[in-house]
Amino acid sequence: MENKIKKVDLIFEKIDYVEILDRTFKRTQDEIILDIIDSGLRGRGGAGFPTGLKWKFAKNEESDQKYVICNADEGEPGTFKDREILTQVPEKVLAGMAICGKATGANEGYIYLRGEYNFLLPSLYKVIEEFHARLKELNFDFTIRIKSGSGAYVCGEETALMESMEGKRGEPRNKPPFPTTAGYLGKPTSINNVETLVFALMIAKEGPSQFKEMGTFDSRGSKVFSVSGDTPKAGIYELELGMSLEDFVNEFGDGDTKAVQIGGASGYCVARKHFKETVIGFEGIPTGGSMMLFNSTRSMYNILTDYLEFFEEESCGQCSPCRVGCQQLLKGIEAVKKGIKPPAYLDDLQKLSETMKLASKCGLGQSAPNPFNSIINNFREEIIY
Amino acid sequence: MTNIEEFVKKQAEVHGKSRESLMPILQAVVQSERFLSEEAMVAIATELDISTADVFGTASFYTFLDTVPRGRNIIRVCKTITCHMKGKDAVIGALEDTLKIKLGETTSDRRFSLLQANCLGWCHKGPVMLINDEVYPEVTPQSAVEVIQEYLKQK
Repeated sequence: MENKIKKVDLIFEKIDYVEILDRTFKRTQDEIILDIIDSGLRGRGGAGFPTGLKWKFAKNEESDQKYVICNADEGEPGTFKDREILTQVPEKVLAGMAICGKATGANEGYIYLRGEYNFLLPSLYKVIEEFHARLKELNFDFTIRIKSGSGAYVCGEETALMESMEGKRGEPRNKPPFPTTAGYLGKPTSINNVETLVFALMIAKEGPSQFKEMGTFDSRGSKVFSVSGDTPKAGIYELELGMSLEDFVNEFGDGDTKAVQIGGASGYCVARKHFKETVIGFEGIPTGGSMMLFNSTRSMYNILTDYLEFFEEESCGQCSPCRVGCQQLLKGIEAVKKGIKPPAYLDDLQKLSETMKLASKCGLGQSAPNPFNSIINNFREEIIY
Repeated sequence: MTNIEEFVKKQAEVHGKSRESLMPILQAVVQSERFLSEEAMVAIATELDISTADVFGTASFYTFLDTVPRGRNIIRVCKTITCHMKGKDAVIGALEDTLKIKLGETTSDRRFSLLQANCLGWCHKGPVMLINDEVYPEVTPQSAVEVIQEYLKQK
């Protein structure tokens, strides 16, 4: 059988970043941004906003102070790639931040590191110190600092993250204004995922064409996947985007894969019968990297309960569709399971989940219904009986 | 000035007195005391010149900023899906038996608190537990107990 999974090695490849920075700092802001736009790079945290456009918006803002933030609040269940990137190639992340700083006109950068990864702090401080010395040699004014999280999933949402950095409760803000206009401390801020910043460095190194030639029209390039669950090959893999889920399961499954959760707890559950037509990418089901495989020994009811408990605990509680919705979805399936509510109650819950999608303030409440609906639609009988 | 007031004052000198310093100061107190006492929160509010309600409101938002007394070593076992699938319940059971406490409780000598946490980011190596900032991936009930026994040997 032909192997349709294409492994790539851009993220973890060791490179001489100083030479690339030297070259990039001599270019104009527009040249750097145009390359990123041309490459088709989209944010690797999950939402997939075009990175070049984000940088362009931040660059176009007039301000005495701008910021670059590296979002390392990797909290999505099933995702652990950013930890691995920050462990193996932290200097590449810092270099990506400096390039973003050059492109947008920011001279201060922050890494928001989740509290669960505090053990990385000593090594990161060391790498940052060395990095600052290299920047000084290149005569480039850019300072990177670290801010730590304290165990709140919602702080991965960009505006909640900025609230947290400002010393407040991590409650998402209304958008607009978007962070590129008014971000950290109300200043224009470009906030990017850890992996996105490394790709930006690699595009600065090779030019946009290498990246652009990989993947599909909607999903250019490669992506680091975090593979876990019922698989003999759990771990981190950088793969070209646009593969079908069937090919993915042939490579990573244990031969008995019943369902795959793409995109973590806030993503979608795909049942075996849909593996073939499901594309992993922005034209199909996008993912921040999380791929959790389940085999036929697993109860989908238990899996869904787990996800809903997660959201019920992690909802910030600011807006009622999410706060109450997450609680009711969880209580609802428990009631149906116990026979307190009839199976048709699941239809009512699905209506509630539509309301959550429409009325929740941020991505958490808008995406909590994803696992709910996809599991109910595919495995309704497992929830009822 | 009490010890905690002095500690808070020192932290405010390191991190500054602006609102952005609140998180680093709260984190420093938790790092040293393992939780935020009422006294500590009042001291922080006074030092940063913000209301005590603001300090408590912020602290209580974050799982790792405990406002109830905790033990010197905080054990957090990941409870999210893949760790659940790989047997975190058995690990918690073994820890409960060893420490003679239930989940969520602190030992009477205040050496250990046993808690659960949402995804810790080690899904490929579950079950995983965090003791303070130290990570222990791929633990079994037996290896988890051995880790605790190592901690018990330290004074």
